[in-house]
Amino acid sequence: MIQSDLSVILPEIILAVYAMLALIGAVYTTKDALAPLLTWITAGLMAVLAIWIATSGEGVNLAFGGMFVDDGFARFAKVAILLSAGIVMVMSQEYMQRRGLLRFEYPVLIALASVGMMMMVSAGDLMALYMGLELQSLALYVVASLRRDSAKSTEAGLKYFVLGALSSGLLLYGASLVYGYSGTTLFSGIIQTAVHGEVSLGLLFGLIFLISGLAFKVSAVPFHMWTPDVYEGAPTPVTAFFATAPKVAAMALFARLLHDAFGAAVADWQQVLVLLSVLSMFLGGIAAIGQRDIKRLMAFSSIAHMGYALIGLAAGTAAGVQAMLIYLAVYVTMNVGTFAFILMMERDGKPVTDIDALRQYARREPAAALAVLVLMFSLAGVPPFLGFFAKFGVWQAGVAAGLTGLVIASAIASVIGAYYYLRIVFYMYFGAENAEPIDTRSTPVLYAALMVSAVLMLVGVVYQFGVEGAAAAAAATLVN
Amino acid sequence: MDNILSIVTFIPALAASILALFLRGEDAAAQRNAKWVALFATTVTFLVSIGIYTGFDPADTGFQMVEEAEWILGLKYKMGVDGISVLFVLLTTFIMPLTILASWEVTTRVKEYMIAFLLLETLMLGVFMALDLVLFYLFFEAGLIPMFLIIGIWGGKDRIYASFKFFLYTFLGSVLMLVAMVAMYADAGTTDIEALLSHQFSSEGFSVLGLYIVGGVQTLMFLAFFASFAVKMPMWPVHTWLPDAHVQAPTAGSVVLAAILLKMGGYGFLRFSLPMFPVGADVMSTFILWLSAIAVVYTSLVALVQEDMKKLIAYSSVAHMGFVTMGIFAANQQGVDGAIFQMLSHGFISAALFLCVGVIYDRMHTREIDAYGGLVNRMPAYALVFMLFTMANVGLPGTSGFIGEFLTLMGAFQVNTWVTAVAATGVIFSAGYALWLYRRVVFGDLIKESLKAITDMNTRERTVFAPLIVMTILLGVYPSLVTDIIGPSTEALVQNYDTALAAAEAATQHASN
Repeated sequence: MIQSDLSVILPEIILAVYAMLALIGAVYTTKDALAPLLTWITAGLMAVLAIWIATSGEGVNLAFGGMFVDDGFARFAKVAILLSAGIVMVMSQEYMQRRGLLRFEYPVLIALASVGMMMMVSAGDLMALYMGLELQSLALYVVASLRRDSAKSTEAGLKYFVLGALSSGLLLYGASLVYGYSGTTLFSGIIQTAVHGEVSLGLLFGLIFLISGLAFKVSAVPFHMWTPDVYEGAPTPVTAFFATAPKVAAMALFARLLHDAFGAAVADWQQVLVLLSVLSMFLGGIAAIGQRDIKRLMAFSSIAHMGYALIGLAAGTAAGVQAMLIYLAVYVTMNVGTFAFILMMERDGKPVTDIDALRQYARREPAAALAVLVLMFSLAGVPPFLGFFAKFGVWQAGVAAGLTGLVIASAIASVIGAYYYLRIVFYMYFGAENAEPIDTRSTPVLYAALMVSAVLMLVGVVYQFGVEGAAAAAAATLVN
Repeated sequence: MDNILSIVTFIPALAASILALFLRGEDAAAQRNAKWVALFATTVTFLVSIGIYTGFDPADTGFQMVEEAEWILGLKYKMGVDGISVLFVLLTTFIMPLTILASWEVTTRVKEYMIAFLLLETLMLGVFMALDLVLFYLFFEAGLIPMFLIIGIWGGKDRIYASFKFFLYTFLGSVLMLVAMVAMYADAGTTDIEALLSHQFSSEGFSVLGLYIVGGVQTLMFLAFFASFAVKMPMWPVHTWLPDAHVQAPTAGSVVLAAILLKMGGYGFLRFSLPMFPVGADVMSTFILWLSAIAVVYTSLVALVQEDMKKLIAYSSVAHMGFVTMGIFAANQQGVDGAIFQMLSHGFISAALFLCVGVIYDRMHTREIDAYGGLVNRMPAYALVFMLFTMANVGLPGTSGFIGEFLTLMGAFQVNTWVTAVAATGVIFSAGYALWLYRRVVFGDLIKESLKAITDMNTRERTVFAPLIVMTILLGVYPSLVTDIIGPSTEALVQNYDTALAAAEAATQHASN
């Protein structure tokens, strides 16, 4: 019994054991000198695990009495999480090393956060959910304040911690209410008490608190306040990490909870999600207009994008979940490329985040500028790039589920959002040359990440590398 | 050739990628190569596209030379032409080599400039050939990107404002259309335009937020498409992006904008709005006819007071597009024929007029009307060409401008006499602003010192104008060259429209009994 349970959870165990061995190994040997190597090994291990999960997993496997679920949906999310975490780590190695930020704790903490995220997307029980969430969050709080001597970074970590703790509190309160009114913490048990769309008031209360807690994690408005400050304050590689894997994990957990535990009461949570989605899209779009700092800008951009992804979730259908998964996969790809570029932005060895510094970048680095142009238009959802198809997918699911009003609102929000992406293009291509230019230094890894993600935006329009089918299969296992 | 449409569409894109990947350097030789590659590619595209013309059978009102392939997300890659779209394809391939030739004097970032224009050509051709909603939207919308860059990088001094305005205005219209497309997909279960043309969308009225909507879903979808095409067209009062974009765009950008991009709006009305939502179109048609009449008169008056030549021609474009929408929403054979004719003719004439401005702008670097005067003394050939196109713009019989205006007015007259009467006064105003512009720029004594050394058109410029002159006069004296091709298709369009309306009428009667 235990053995079969362990075999289901084996990838998580491997990564967790590795993280602890690496920690001990580094502490007792050379400490930080080992960090670059450790970064690459961790990334490599993540890639191997991702490939293993993608190719070997089959069917639905339950472990520990249903607390841990390994199904197509979890596997899709895990592959996305591991791959993006691995890539972001590799991207950050050189940047952090040059600035003396690369401590051996960094890869270890990211690995632990990844274990937490894998746990989250496989959670079949409120306890497992909370355990995964906290493991992820605690690791991320520390990583956010990695630059110990910088007030901003410390502030970011503290702010993230305080607000994160608050959201965990909300979540726990919701979980306890749900437990109280349903008598179980298992998702498969909770859904039994909510058949025929009849949910007791207490359970509904608990559900709302759970949603609020998770909305914090996906940074949906009105629970988004921490995002811009944490994005700005944290070291750029850490921001890149925040903008990718944890977003996938939190959205996947969101979908898992709503469909597995409350799938019978779609109408009860749909309206809440619609509201979160509309607010996120508009606030993300409007607030970003005034931003000069590209990291803050990307923070608001991520808020808006979570709003679009929530449309898919709000639809409450398999098609909606599929569209949401594709949206997340595309979004993560775009963000990896964009942050690779942000990591390249520096002047005299110091990172630059003011978009004003991008003036006439296209003249000095035409290829990189073109890649950023592609990514920006893709983020704005302009065809023929993949970002458009991602949006098209969630809109399609939204309209099919009768959420036409939400889709119209998101169409208008996407035009507002297009403005600030265009502004970056504007600085790169037709801004007057008056600011001190940024250096055009880049490492092969960053350059490759930027180029590959830009090329994927075009190639994906013709061939999607099986992501479409995998997302469909994943959604089918979750919603039935 | 089975897939001639795809070949024509993607030759320019192929040339663009060759330029992007293999051409290095910024020196004179590299610039010259970029220009020649672009000219060669656009010319080849035109020559191949003649094959579409010769292979086209006007008697067949369905889609011809159809290509179909599977695409992602359950969508289809489907291309085809019918009598409505085939001439727009040819207009595009015809105009593009001329714009490249007209850009010969560009010196900044020549490679990128040519790439932008080549990509733009692919996207424009795709718009006219696409037979899948999403494919259409993809081409329609992606065209904004190169145009945004063309205005923004190679434009005049207020180019940034103009490029943002251009992009965001058209983007807003388009996303609403996209929502309607998604709704159509949900309703009909397909994005195939051919299938959608025979799909009946519900026209049963219902209330939204206490507002009763006559024509129901059809009216709402019509309005969503209208938001996109009216901006693109552009119709009064959402035309304000056009003068800004025209003034700031480089000459070739203005030419493409006026000659081809604006036609996408009219094409969209004919491809989607009329045949797919006949009831919605019928509900809105009086309103649109009046908007068109206002556009004709109002923008003609605005054109009268312009100081900037390009702005004047831009407003004149809006007025001429007013005739087009009037003809389309008259929804009879003359009206629709006239609208298509007017669009094609405007494609030649407005292109030529912007090129005329370009000729003197290249020499004097100003577009102020007051900076010129008496050009006929130094530039007789230019004066002649400019005269011809001014007259064509006014709608002088014997030029293509006359046929289009006459047919649209005739079509509209049968539907709404008052609209036609108002719009007809616009013809007089257009003579006013066009001739006045001509007088101020070309006639009079050459008193300005700066103009004393101006030279007449060179061979390259004459070469650019020659085909446009031929087409303008040819279509003016022999209009059946166009009407024979579009006739059967427009007839079928109008017939289907009337049948659909009658059916909807009968259904309402039946329901109320």
